[in-house]
Amino acid sequence: MKILVLVKQVPDTWGERSLDSVTGALIRTTGEQVIDEIDERALEVALQYKDATNAEVVAVTMGPARAIDVLRKSLAMGADSGIHLVDDSLAGSDLGWTARALAGVIALDGFDLVIAGNESTDGRGGVIPAMIAEHLGVPNATFLDTVTIAPNSVAGERATDYGTVDVSASLPAVISITERSAEPRFPSFRGILGAKKKPVKTISLSDLQLDSEPSRSLVHSTSKRPPHSAGTKVIDAGDAGMQLAKFLADNRLI
Amino acid sequence: MVIMTTALALIELTPTGAIRPSARMLLAAAARLGDPVAVVVAAPHKSEGLLAELGSLGAARVVVATSNTDGLLLAHEVEALVAAANAGPITAILAANSVEGREVAARVAVRLRAALAVDIVDITLEAGSVVATHSVLGGAYLVQSTAESGPLVATIRLGAIGDRAAAATPEVMEVAIDVDTSRFAVVNAAADAVFEAGRRDLRGASRVVSGGRGIGSQENFALVEQLADALGAAVGASRAAVDAGYIAQSAQVGQTGVTVTPDLYVALGISGAIQHRAGMQTAKTIVVINKDANAPLFDIADFGVVGDVFTVVPQLIEAIRERSR
Repeated sequence: MKILVLVKQVPDTWGERSLDSVTGALIRTTGEQVIDEIDERALEVALQYKDATNAEVVAVTMGPARAIDVLRKSLAMGADSGIHLVDDSLAGSDLGWTARALAGVIALDGFDLVIAGNESTDGRGGVIPAMIAEHLGVPNATFLDTVTIAPNSVAGERATDYGTVDVSASLPAVISITERSAEPRFPSFRGILGAKKKPVKTISLSDLQLDSEPSRSLVHSTSKRPPHSAGTKVIDAGDAGMQLAKFLADNRLI
Repeated sequence: MVIMTTALALIELTPTGAIRPSARMLLAAAARLGDPVAVVVAAPHKSEGLLAELGSLGAARVVVATSNTDGLLLAHEVEALVAAANAGPITAILAANSVEGREVAARVAVRLRAALAVDIVDITLEAGSVVATHSVLGGAYLVQSTAESGPLVATIRLGAIGDRAAAATPEVMEVAIDVDTSRFAVVNAAADAVFEAGRRDLRGASRVVSGGRGIGSQENFALVEQLADALGAAVGASRAAVDAGYIAQSAQVGQTGVTVTPDLYVALGISGAIQHRAGMQTAKTIVVINKDANAPLFDIADFGVVGDVFTVVPQLIEAIRERSR
């Protein structure tokens, strides 16, 4: 079985993040850029199946030259090879153009199963996996808390806003997993050394056969919302609970 | 004759066939953009009961999609919206920003080659074009976007739009849907979560009380629940509290977890990493109790108490009870 795992380089969520005031795009040149932690879990789901069956696991990323770091990390964790889609014209791609390009890479390489994180920690759209499935004409089962991969099918429990849904799909298929799915492993020393010898294929848009162009989402304006400013701060001298109750009452909150 | 443009709203149903609360918001938004059309997937004999309610929520027309295939994950919703979109001029296709709504919107946008805007907090029609407002990076930025051409497919954050469309008497259109079964996953079972008696759902809650690492243990987390009960609030937690095992991951508020915009947010023993602030900083009123006077969350607190949560909170609960007597 060939499993493609989608991995993304994102700004570390423990640091300050900001938007370009003209394009509305996330600034990716300052601060630490890391592999999205949800993608490490997606990779772990694939690696657990690989451990049991010897499946082939390919990490796929789209991003500027330095996004290769997330492929190196994936290879160190245990992926067999990496694919890096890098093309200047992809900078600032919206959801529609991102999904179209990624679907092009996946179609080019061939797959039985695509595994992605349910939503990235920067964009948080949560729609790319389903968009890719639509491009590829295959089923998708997204937001899975649990995953069971079989030779010809995949199943799991999907966490929705309202409850749970047990779903299954025949392969080939696209799935996305949640934070609850798997705890990612740490790369071993041997894994880190071995990663350097594993193949990484770099491709550009001209290598792909793409579906017709979707309408773009155009950003009109970007504004920084004024931060919530600090109000009263008291040091408890025995009656802070009473003072807080008065504050809540004055603001009609109790 | 004037050709009316329409805006489609995907109506979500519970597993037992009742209309979910997102319908009000979606029809109110659709009414700003054209004739509001409710698109709902239901068996014909079950749809009659839905019409009156959808009319009261402002649906000018209800498209009822029926099919002889069953048990496919969101297949009929996708095909029903695509069919309705191809039936006449539309300005927008709206769905809730739920897991299901996003997935349907994703597939419909790809099929129609339409622009997609997700998790928007407002939508308006300006000079004939649909403008969507996004709240980005935990509400630190507002971004407005439009579609380059064609209709906009958008998912609206649950609870983001407060108004309600004027009631209407909807005309009904039944559409039979053909589904390519090889393109969709199969649903084996579905159930809505049952909340413990008195516990409130974090998403869309108007009040939230959250606990962090400073709570110290799973047993101590009962204090967070007691204050939540006294305030009629939902229970949340910081990632540190979830990672420490004090409470289930479903209660996590933050960048990874639930984003809330309640009228009141009370943070107990939470220092306020950016990770957490991203999930709650758009709350109207923020209260922080922490014994560390330098906790960064104090910077955005409307009322901050530097003190021990285990003495301040019991006193607060008692004071709330006094006032309600």
